[in-house]
Amino acid sequence: MKVDVDMSICLLHGQCVIAAPQVFSFDDDGGLVWVAEVDEAQRADVEAAADACPEQAILLG
Amino acid sequence: MTAPRITIVGASLAGLRTAEAVHAALPAARITLVGDEPLAPYNRPPLSKEAAETLARDTTAREAVFGKLLLRSKLSPAALSLRLGSGAVALEPGGVRLADGALVPGERVIAATGLRPRRLPLPGAEARRHVLRSFDDLVRLAPSLRPGARMVVIGGGFIGCEIAATGRKLGLEATIVEPSPQPMLRALGPRVAAAMAALHRAHGVVLLTGRSVAGFSDEGVILDDGQALAAEVIVEALGSHPNVEWLAGSGADLRDGVLVDDRMVAPGAEGLMAVGDVARFVNPLFGPEARRTEHWCVPGQTAKRVGETLAAEAAGTALATRFAPMPSFWSDQHGMRLQAFGAPSLADACRVLEGELSLVGRAPVIVEYLRGGEPVGVLGLGANPAALAKARARLDAALTETLTA
Repeated sequence: MKVDVDMSICLLHGQCVIAAPQVFSFDDDGGLVWVAEVDEAQRADVEAAADACPEQAILLG
Repeated sequence: MTAPRITIVGASLAGLRTAEAVHAALPAARITLVGDEPLAPYNRPPLSKEAAETLARDTTAREAVFGKLLLRSKLSPAALSLRLGSGAVALEPGGVRLADGALVPGERVIAATGLRPRRLPLPGAEARRHVLRSFDDLVRLAPSLRPGARMVVIGGGFIGCEIAATGRKLGLEATIVEPSPQPMLRALGPRVAAAMAALHRAHGVVLLTGRSVAGFSDEGVILDDGQALAAEVIVEALGSHPNVEWLAGSGADLRDGVLVDDRMVAPGAEGLMAVGDVARFVNPLFGPEARRTEHWCVPGQTAKRVGETLAAEAAGTALATRFAPMPSFWSDQHGMRLQAFGAPSLADACRVLEGELSLVGRAPVIVEYLRGGEPVGVLGLGANPAALAKARARLDAALTETLTA
């Protein structure tokens, strides 16, 4: 599945980093980085990350 | 077995996430989500921040602003029946009675009725007085957020501080009247609250602490010492009441919300569960006392627990884990992000891990909160998200250790 983050609305709450640490992380400068293509085994974590985003910035495809 | 009917009361974030969790656990369940507002579930935190700013600048932007608040749902219309515009008035055998007289059936009822703002029980200045909990509240408030207008905010908690900061950004004069010695004192503790007070003052907010409102006049607010504050806009931000009146006589413990157990089930009320702001539960990360927690994360966490409970019941198994969710909350004030994890309000001491409190708003600060010498929370003020994430991970490890100890 595809994972994207709309960085025009992301406010770096970091809830996705907690919910799905294998997919979302912060770089040393505090920028959000993520894995753009993940396998189905990670669907539950990635969906939990999207639900936990207060800005609804995570788009799953 | 016939498909169970599950009625969720409160078309809020908590209600929506619970509907999704119920559907995932029991795909055959017939789920109804009842709400008193005529609006589909939406996100409330921006009401005192971005949404207020946007709608104040362009009061015709109502649809665009609401469109951003509207919560995306994973459920198809077929999986979820929405019944909006009439709130619950009573829990009856067999279902939920609505204000319009209808009975919505449900073998299982889940309370997600949340909170309503407290009002000062004083007459006067009604046309100028506002609260900020619903989208309708914002629609009523936004046209008065004009540059040069004088705004008095009664209550220096998060909502009060946020709307004061938004008011300053929009060019209003803003005064906060707060009875305690600092704004956000209970949530942040005296040292951080003092630093936040300094930040507000630096941005032109007049903070009148240790003062309260004695009455209203045609021109504005009258304080306890007789001082009159002229105000075109008055915002009452005095905290909230849990919406539990409809559950009177249900058998549930309704002292401060709905008491629920580790499964989100209300002892004493057959078939009743509760989630979100209205649920009072023990979080074993922070000791044996049951508390309500008014954070954005709680709806999602409690909804997920409802799903786990229903799935375990359906499978005839016990719940595999304890319910011990990590709280988190955030606020944005004067362009600075506050972000907390754990329970800073329970702390008896704090120590600065990074930066200096005198520089709040100008440089990143991370504060650790302690209770009896043990970490109980961490707070970032304009912090680097990566540094804060590391502090949070340490807190998580420390709290989990107390859980298993």
